[in-house]
Amino acid sequence: MNSTVAATHHHGPASGIGRWLFTTNHKDIGTLYLWFSFIMFLTGGCMALLIRAELFQPGLQLIQPDFFNQMTTMHGLIMVFGAVMPAFVGLANWMIPMMVGAPDMALPRMNNWSFWILPFAFSMMLLTLFMEGGAPNFGWTFYAPLSTTYAPPSVTYFIFAVHMMGISSIMGAINIIATILNLRAPGMTLMKMPLFVWTWLITAFLLIAVMPVLAGVVTMMLMDIHFGTSFFNAAGGGDPVLFQHIFWFFGHPEVYIMILPAFGIVSEIIPTFARKRLFGYASMVYATASIAILSFVVWAHHMFTVGLPLAGELFFMFATMLIAVPTGVKVFNWVATMFRGSMTFETPMLFALAFVVLFTIGGFSGLMLAIAPVDFQYHDTYFVVAHFHYVLVPGAVFAIMAGAYYWLPKWCGNYYNETMGKVHFWCSFIGVNITFFPMHFIGLAGMPRRIPDYALQFADFNAVATVGAFIFGFSQLIFLYNVISCIRKGKQASAEVWEGSHGLEWTIPSPAPYHSFSEPPQVK
Amino acid sequence: MNAPRNHKRTVTTLILGCVLMFGFGFALVPLYDVFCRVTGLNGKVELVPAHPEKLGQVDKTRQVKLQLVAVNNETMPWRFKPENSIVELSPGEMYQTAYIARNLTSGFMIAQAVPSVSPSEAAPYLNKINCFCFERQPLLAQEEKAMPLVLSVDPELPKHIHTITLSYTLFDITPESEQVAAIGGGSLR
Ligand code: HEM
Ligand SMILES: [Cu+2]
Repeated sequence: MNSTVAATHHHGPASGIGRWLFTTNHKDIGTLYLWFSFIMFLTGGCMALLIRAELFQPGLQLIQPDFFNQMTTMHGLIMVFGAVMPAFVGLANWMIPMMVGAPDMALPRMNNWSFWILPFAFSMMLLTLFMEGGAPNFGWTFYAPLSTTYAPPSVTYFIFAVHMMGISSIMGAINIIATILNLRAPGMTLMKMPLFVWTWLITAFLLIAVMPVLAGVVTMMLMDIHFGTSFFNAAGGGDPVLFQHIFWFFGHPEVYIMILPAFGIVSEIIPTFARKRLFGYASMVYATASIAILSFVVWAHHMFTVGLPLAGELFFMFATMLIAVPTGVKVFNWVATMFRGSMTFETPMLFALAFVVLFTIGGFSGLMLAIAPVDFQYHDTYFVVAHFHYVLVPGAVFAIMAGAYYWLPKWCGNYYNETMGKVHFWCSFIGVNITFFPMHFIGLAGMPRRIPDYALQFADFNAVATVGAFIFGFSQLIFLYNVISCIRKGKQASAEVWEGSHGLEWTIPSPAPYHSFSEPPQVK
Repeated sequence: MNAPRNHKRTVTTLILGCVLMFGFGFALVPLYDVFCRVTGLNGKVELVPAHPEKLGQVDKTRQVKLQLVAVNNETMPWRFKPENSIVELSPGEMYQTAYIARNLTSGFMIAQAVPSVSPSEAAPYLNKINCFCFERQPLLAQEEKAMPLVLSVDPELPKHIHTITLSYTLFDITPESEQVAAIGGGSLR
């Protein structure tokens, strides 16, 4: 069917470092993405622990306010663009070709490029920490004029880094769409695709739609800073509020880019361990699509306090609440899938279950924030921090871990250590809740976000949160150890891996051979 | 399956989509201005003089309170205040006043005032016949100047609005004033 694939068919991987530098194999590239993401996860995690250590007690103990701001900024940027997004792209690279019965990604050479841009982008961003004036300190949302008029000189490097990440994401998205649309095995109709593939297809379209807007907004910043334009400079006739509109036009779809693939992973795992078919497959697909479409008309819920006219406040409030409907459909379907299933609780299932519960908590706090009149109280407090960490850490990150445990035996042919996996799960679960639950209360009590020091009445809950953060952070080392020892040795995995597994990826042997589905399978 | 040809089409379409969205990001800039101007949202006001002829009949039956506010943008070292901060006037009546600015530094500086109207619903009904905000304001060291403002409130002003606040923020544009002039400074013509 495809001559290039047939020719290289019997070759294994090249040896040495060249294998990783020049590889065009989707499995190798998936592995690279996943390791890169894990390294970024630890880097951003160290910054988070520094932030939490400073906030352990009121007063300034460890770091100066300006460096504190650099840490919150870098932590946010690294986690969003360096940890969560590349992890999902890595999973997509590994799994989508095997799930749709394709021999590789559609554009293997471009695939190599989209990965190898990332280490350069992030090195550049991390190097700003050592530059004159320090790293970006204006928050991951880089609002103008903080990021233009008042920015440190390193902002230019930040802008280029964002451009590179954007190009990488766009190339990745193009590749994923081309693979899904053009390389499906005969008989694999769209409505037979696994949900992980569906959610990624929709996510990739979101990426195509909003990453260019992000590129546009940083380009405008660049022009304001260096070429004397006044996009965001009121003195020259521009408007700083315009920055927020453009940023959030990208930003809100971006948060769905970070959660839709997670929905997909969980929709794969729950049916396996409940030993039932997914409840409401078609409604899952439509719900995902409607979430994606609605995500373009809710951006100003991040801007309720900038002085929107009443009509705007009402529109964005109701549009935001509307998103809760398809989200509710998904949660309902997951629960209904488990209903009267014969469930077992292996590590991937534990993470998936925690995802369902804790993501829902995050969705509820989101609904509270969506109520425009009360957002005037909650905005820019720790309540917002609690909200988005609930949807991102036990949401997106737990889903990634669930996926990693779930597919690990397929990737390396061995089972991971189940006991250690469970220990990792419980430490993470407890750590996450100790860290982020108290933030709801200190937020409601009025503690602002992004500050290195705070009033005495917030001290107790902050101390608790810091303890939780260290538990969560260090328990990730268990995960690292477990993965490495699983790659080395472990109980041999069968092709199905899990008793209730279902789908094309489980029909090929474990570990998945370097080249799979060179002959497209027939899907009935 | 005719994969390679399919890829070409898919990839071209997607790249085209990206280019379009990149352009869309920039298109948001004028769209935003147009949207604000048409709806009067955001308190944005026309920065072109209104014609005195089309002011309409003076409506003696009601009075509107006009509050004049002066704000210095951060680090702007001038003294800047309105001659009168509160006036009562009838819709349609022409009102002339001034803002007093004094350059307190020992160097030449150029400033730009940017107006904003609250409630934003009133913005389209505030007609500025002459305003110092239409031009850049250069002042020598320690120079003081009364900057003129001539305006009137449109008689069409909705009845429920009794108070209008007109606020000016003064920006220091000295270092970049050359560039600002060259680029045209967005919507300031
Ligand atoms: C039911 C669904 C959701 C609703 C109704 C919702 C609503 C909101 C609202 C109103 C805010 C603005 C709060 C403020 O700044 O005052 C917000 C912030 C945020 N949300 Fe959500 N959200 C939802 C789901 C999600 C999901 C799934 C994610 C990501 C995976 C997410 C990530 C974020 C982030 C990162 C912020 C903070 C941005 C910042 O200012 O740094 N949200 N959300
Ligand atoms: Cu949002």
